[in-house]
This record gives sequence, structure tokens and C-alpha cells, in this order.
Amino acid sequence: MALNVGCAAAPGRARDNKTGSWRVFKPVFKHETCTKCGLCETVCPEGCVKEDKDGFFTPDLDYCKGCGLCAKECPADDIEMVQEEK
Amino acid sequence: MMKIVEGSHAVAEAVKLCRPQVISAYPITPQTHIVEALASMVADCELDAEYICVESEFSALSGCVGASAAGSRTYSATTSQGLALMFEVCFNAAGMRLPIVMTIANRAMGAPLNIWNDQQDSISLRDAGWMQFYAEDNQEATDLHFITYKVAEDHNVLLPAMVCFDGFILTHTYEPVDMPSQEGIDAFLPPFKPYNTLDAKKPMSLGMYATPDYYMEFRYEIDEAMKRAKQAFANAGKEFAEQFGRDYSGLIEGYRLEDADTALVAMGSICGTVKDAIDEMRAEGKRVGLLKIRSYRPFPADEVAAALKGASTVAVLDKNISLGAKGAVALEVKDALYGSGITVLDYIVALGGRDIRKKDIAKIVDLAEKGTGDMFYGLRTEVL
Repeated sequence: MALNVGCAAAPGRARDNKTGSWRVFKPVFKHETCTKCGLCETVCPEGCVKEDKDGFFTPDLDYCKGCGLCAKECPADDIEMVQEEK
Repeated sequence: MMKIVEGSHAVAEAVKLCRPQVISAYPITPQTHIVEALASMVADCELDAEYICVESEFSALSGCVGASAAGSRTYSATTSQGLALMFEVCFNAAGMRLPIVMTIANRAMGAPLNIWNDQQDSISLRDAGWMQFYAEDNQEATDLHFITYKVAEDHNVLLPAMVCFDGFILTHTYEPVDMPSQEGIDAFLPPFKPYNTLDAKKPMSLGMYATPDYYMEFRYEIDEAMKRAKQAFANAGKEFAEQFGRDYSGLIEGYRLEDADTALVAMGSICGTVKDAIDEMRAEGKRVGLLKIRSYRPFPADEVAAALKGASTVAVLDKNISLGAKGAVALEVKDALYGSGITVLDYIVALGGRDIRKKDIAKIVDLAEKGTGDMFYGLRTEVL
């Protein structure tokens, strides 16, 4: 986001705001016991967990708010919330 | 052209000369005569502007925000509780860097309800990012509107501004005012050139949200614009002086201050009374002077320190009180003089229309010379 006078911006610029900046804990997807069930993608309120070409799931940390729902709901207990230092 | 005119009507005439394209305002005592006069000018086709009748001051200033963002020169006026109702919109107008000009007919804040003059209303908005200029008389109130539009719309500044003049004491008083011609003001104040414009063909949002990664930088930018406004004000004041012969280029103004031992500091119409009191005290051999603050925001701290450096005692007259602390002007004067060794004493005066006369000014000077201050002056102790 550019520092425009009056905080002026073209529409649709919310994408340019890396809103993950207010996260305290980040989810670490270990991909060890993962069964590729996709529940993490389903429960993510931000819609930032996506499936990769191998069928594993990863969060987009530019937008993840660190709510921890994915870690809480993961049936394989394969996601760990880790405190981030900035 | 010189005419005898009520303060409110002088301001309305000045605003008309500035050719505002949108006026959005709600009447409130003692501001009403200004917007009433402007509404008549629009209705009579003397002024080609859109006059928006709104249901509250919140809407009045919101209308100005929209109109200014769409590229119009905009105007509003209010006072006291009306300004308080605009509180949220004031911060947004500054954050969006919209050069709205608004007249404040200074009045006390309720409760208790009081329609008379002090400066608590605009002082309470000091942190909103609006420039604030205070007029001593109706000539200055008139002329400050021309200068203020020029400063606010300067692309190095781009901040909204309040022109403050004392309710009733100035708004309802007839004084001779030298009103510039339309040709003169057209030459001084060119049409508004917006920096950003809302345009459906080129969509844009203003005042977008900023995360903790950006918010502080936006606030810093507003503060920097405030600092640049000092020079812009001085330049516009100088240009005005060259064209019209009245000089407002100083953010402060000294009166018999050069060799003063005791310096009074004040803002607004009280300065006239203080000047008369000083003339009388000078005739008795007292070395007293006045420092008038014309620009409260931006606050010219360096200029204040330089102007007061020769004084041993400074007495600040505050027509406001930051409850639980001191008068808002005194706090800033103390900050400006920090480390100088000069005694700064604060006097809360004339709240809610309490009269203040020349003899009161002389008494305050006596108190200051004895080192007695930081007090409400003129309290009726018998009713306490």
C-alpha cells in the first residue's frame, strides 16, 4: 500500500493490505500426520488455506490472522500454533 | 469598501467572496446569522453555490467531506455543541486531507447550558488535525477567511481549518469592516484545485483503512503538513498584505512587547481589551505588553519563545480549561518556554460569557507580578 495523501486508494485495494500483520500466533502446517482431509481449508474464516499440487494444505501468511481454528479442528493434530517475533 | 456591518454578516460576505461551491451547515446560536445570510445569498442567486439543508451538525460536516472529496470548495460554520457533534467527522476530514474551511463562533460547552462566549469548543478539537486561527476583531475575522482558504488548499498543506471568532462579542457586534472587492479576492484566491477527486470514471476511495504497519505514518504526514502550514500562512498573509494593506503574516503578534517585563498572552477578542489596558498601564510607567496568538494550530512554539524571551513573567489568559490540568494555551506557552527560567502563570478567565474588563487585566498583571497565578480569575466565591 502506498502512503498516498488522504489515504487515497483505488477500489479493491484490500488485497494490497497484508492484513496478516496483526497476527500473534502463526499456524505451522507440519505435513507429517496430515491425511489431506481439507478440514483446515473448510474452517478457515479468512479463506487463506489452500490446497497445493500435492494435495497438502498451506495457509497464506500474508492474510492469516492467527485465529488457530485450523489447529484446533485438525483431526490429525498436524498443525501447531507458534508465537511469532516481529 | 468600508461599511458598518455585523460580524456574522461580514463573515458571510467574506465567504461569498471566496466563491464556495457547496455550503453545508446547521444553524446554532451564536453562529446562526452567518449561515442565514449565506442561505439568503444562495436563494437570491447572489452566490452560485449548493446550499445543503441538513438535520444535524454531523451531517453538515459529512456533507462538506463528500463535497470536498468530489472537488468542491466547501464551507460550514458552527459552534459549541454543534462542533462537538462533528467530532468524529472532524478527524476524518483531516485524515482525508480535505481543505474544508469552517467558521467557529466560539461559545461555551454545556452542561450547564450556556450560549455565551468562551473558547472551550474549538480548543477541545485542537488534536483533530484542523488548523485553528483566532480573530481579534471583525476585520480580522473577515480577512482570515481569504487567507485560510489559500493556506488550507495549498498542496503543501491540504488540511481543514477553523476560523474562530468570539460568539456575540464579535458575531453580533457592528464594526467598520473594509470589505475587499470580488475582483480583488478572485486575484488573491484562485479556484480550488483538488489534490484527489472522487470521480466515477476513475474510481478511488479516500481515508482507506490503515493497519498498524501504516497508521502512524499517516498521522506523521498530517503533523508534517501542520508544520508546513506555518510557512504557507506566513506567505499567504504577506501576499494579502501586499494586495490589501492589512498584514496577518505573523502566526503571533506582539503589542508593546519589546521592553515588557510582564507579558500577557491571549487569543481572540480579549486582545482588544488587553491592548487598551496595556496603554493605560504603560501611561503609569508599567512595562507590560501583549503577545497575541493568531494561530493556535499549528502552534508557533519557536516564535512564542523568541517573542517572550525578554519578559520575566508571562501571564496567560485562557478562555478555556483543560479540566484536571490547566488552560490549553498556558500549557503550550509553558512548553515553548521550558528551560528559559521565565515564570509562566495561567489565568482561567471569562468562561461562559463572564465579562472581563480593563481593570481585570490590570489586576491580573498585579497578581502576576506578585507570582500569584495558575488560578480561575474572577470567581464569585460568595456562591461557592
